[in-house]
Amino acid sequence: MTTTVHDNPAAPWFVDFQDVWLAYNHELLQQNHFAVEAIDLKVRQGEFIAIVGPSGCGKSTFMKLTTGLKMPSMGKILIDGQPVTGPLKISGMAFQAPSLLPWRTTVDNVLLPLEIVEPYRSQFKAKRKEYEERARKLLQKVGLGGYEDKFPWQLSGGMQQRASICRALIHEPKMLLLDEPFGALDAFTREELWCILRDLWTEQRFNVILVTHDLRESVFLADTVYVMSKSPGRFVVRREIELPRPRDLEVTYTKEFSDIVHELRGHIGAIRQTGAHTTT
Amino acid sequence: MNKKLIETWAPWILLVVLILLWQILCSALDVSEFIFPSPWRIWTQFLEFKGIIAAHAWRTFWVTMVGFGIAIVVGVLLGFVIGSSRLAYAAVYPLMTGFNALPKAAFVPILVVWFGIGVGPAILTAFLISFFPIMVNIATGLATLEPELEDVLRVLGAKRWDVLVKVGLPRSMPYFYGSLKVAITLAFVGTTVSEMTAANEGIGYLLISAGSAMQMGLAFAGLLVVGAMAMVMYELFSVLEKHTTGWAHRGSQNH
Repeated sequence: MTTTVHDNPAAPWFVDFQDVWLAYNHELLQQNHFAVEAIDLKVRQGEFIAIVGPSGCGKSTFMKLTTGLKMPSMGKILIDGQPVTGPLKISGMAFQAPSLLPWRTTVDNVLLPLEIVEPYRSQFKAKRKEYEERARKLLQKVGLGGYEDKFPWQLSGGMQQRASICRALIHEPKMLLLDEPFGALDAFTREELWCILRDLWTEQRFNVILVTHDLRESVFLADTVYVMSKSPGRFVVRREIELPRPRDLEVTYTKEFSDIVHELRGHIGAIRQTGAHTTT
Repeated sequence: MNKKLIETWAPWILLVVLILLWQILCSALDVSEFIFPSPWRIWTQFLEFKGIIAAHAWRTFWVTMVGFGIAIVVGVLLGFVIGSSRLAYAAVYPLMTGFNALPKAAFVPILVVWFGIGVGPAILTAFLISFFPIMVNIATGLATLEPELEDVLRVLGAKRWDVLVKVGLPRSMPYFYGSLKVAITLAFVGTTVSEMTAANEGIGYLLISAGSAMQMGLAFAGLLVVGAMAMVMYELFSVLEKHTTGWAHRGSQNH
C-alpha cells in the first residue's frame, strides 16, 4: 500500500519528515508505544496537502510535530530547509473550534497574532493603523466586510471560522495548518468556506496542511492526499489529485472526482477492517 | 401590569409584606419588646440612636473595606500563581481548601493575642474570610484555557506570560467580579464577628453591648445596617460587572 516518495536530497522540499516517530512521554517510549511512527513526508513549496484518517489516528499529533510544538522522539524534521527546534513562527493554525476571544471585536481578534509574533510585535503600537487596515482587507476578502467591528458572539459559526482563518493568516505565514476547520459547519457553509480557502491559497500560495475526515473536502482542495492509519499512526497511502485547477465546486459532481473519493474510501475501509497492526 | 416591572419591584414588595406581617404579629400577640422588638420599635430606636449607629457603622464599613482590599490583592496574586502553574496548583490548592474549612471566628482570640483589641483583628478576620473565593475564581479562570487557543499563540512564540495577560486575565474577569460579590458579603460577616469580641467600636460591638443592656431594638437596628451595607456593596459590584464584562453575559456566546 505504501507509496514511497523518491528521496532526492537536492529537491527543494518545504516540509521534510525523515522517519519520524513520536511517543508522548518517556514511559510510552519504553513500551514502544508511539502516537505516530515512521512518518516520511516530502512536501513541495506551496503544495496543498490533506491528511485523512479515522479519528484518533494521530493527525493532530502530526500537526504539533510540523509546527514544532512537539519534538519527535526519533527522526528528523526539516521545514523550509531548517531543522525544527521549537515553535515555528512561520506557521498559522486554525482548529475546529474558532476559539475567538469574546471580549475583542473581530478585527481585534485577527490582530492578536501581530501583538505576539516578531517583528510585528515591537512595531505594533507605531504601526497599528497599518496593521488594522491589513486585517480589515483580509476580513473583507473572506466576506466579512461590515462585520469587522462586531463581537465574535454576534457572528454565525461559519463567520467565526472565517475570522479564525484570517487570524491564522494575518502574519503572512508560509505554512497554514488546519485541523478539521470546517467540521462543525453545515454542508453549504462548508462548501462556501472551501472556495474561500481555495481562493486565498491560489492567491498567496502558502503551504497548507489540512487535517480532515471529510474525503470530498480533501480531494476538492488538496494537491496530495495522505491516508493515515490508526494506532500506530502511519501514512499508508499517498494519492496525488490530478484534477485540473482552478477547481470549481462543479468538479465535485464529476465522475473522476467521485472515483478518487471512492478509492480513498476504500483505503480507509481497509484500514478499519484489517485492524491496526497489519497495515504497512 | 407588565411582568418586567413586577420582577424589579418583587424584592421590595416582599420586604414590605414581611415587615407588615412582623409588625402585625408583634402587636397582635403583644410580644415583649425586650424579647422580640417590632419593626416600629426598631425604627424608633434607630432614629433615637442614629448618631451612635452611624459612627459604629462607619467604623465597620472602613474596617471591612480595608480587609476586603487586602483580600483582593492577596486573592488575585495567589489566584494568579495557582492558576498559571500546575505545580503551584497541586501544591497550594489542598492546603488552601483545608484552611478555608476552618471557622474564621476561631481565629479572633489568636489575633487578639497578636494584635490586641481594636482594628487589627477585625481587618484580618474580614481578609481571612473573603480572600478564598477571589483566589479560587481567578485560578479557575486562568486554568480553563482552551488548549487550541494556547497552541495558536504558542506557535507564534508567545511566552506563558503573553498568554496569561492577553487571554487568561481578561477571561477570568467575569469570575473575578462574581467572586467579589460573594467576598464582600463575607467580609462584612468577618468584621462583625470579630468586633463582637475584640473591639470597642463597630456594629459587632454595638450588637453585644445593646444585647447585654437588653436594648433589643437597637441590636436589631445594628443588624439591619450591616445587612444594608453589604447589599449596597453587592449591587455596586454587580453593576460594575455588567459594565466591564458584558461579553460574558450574552446568550449567544458558545464557549
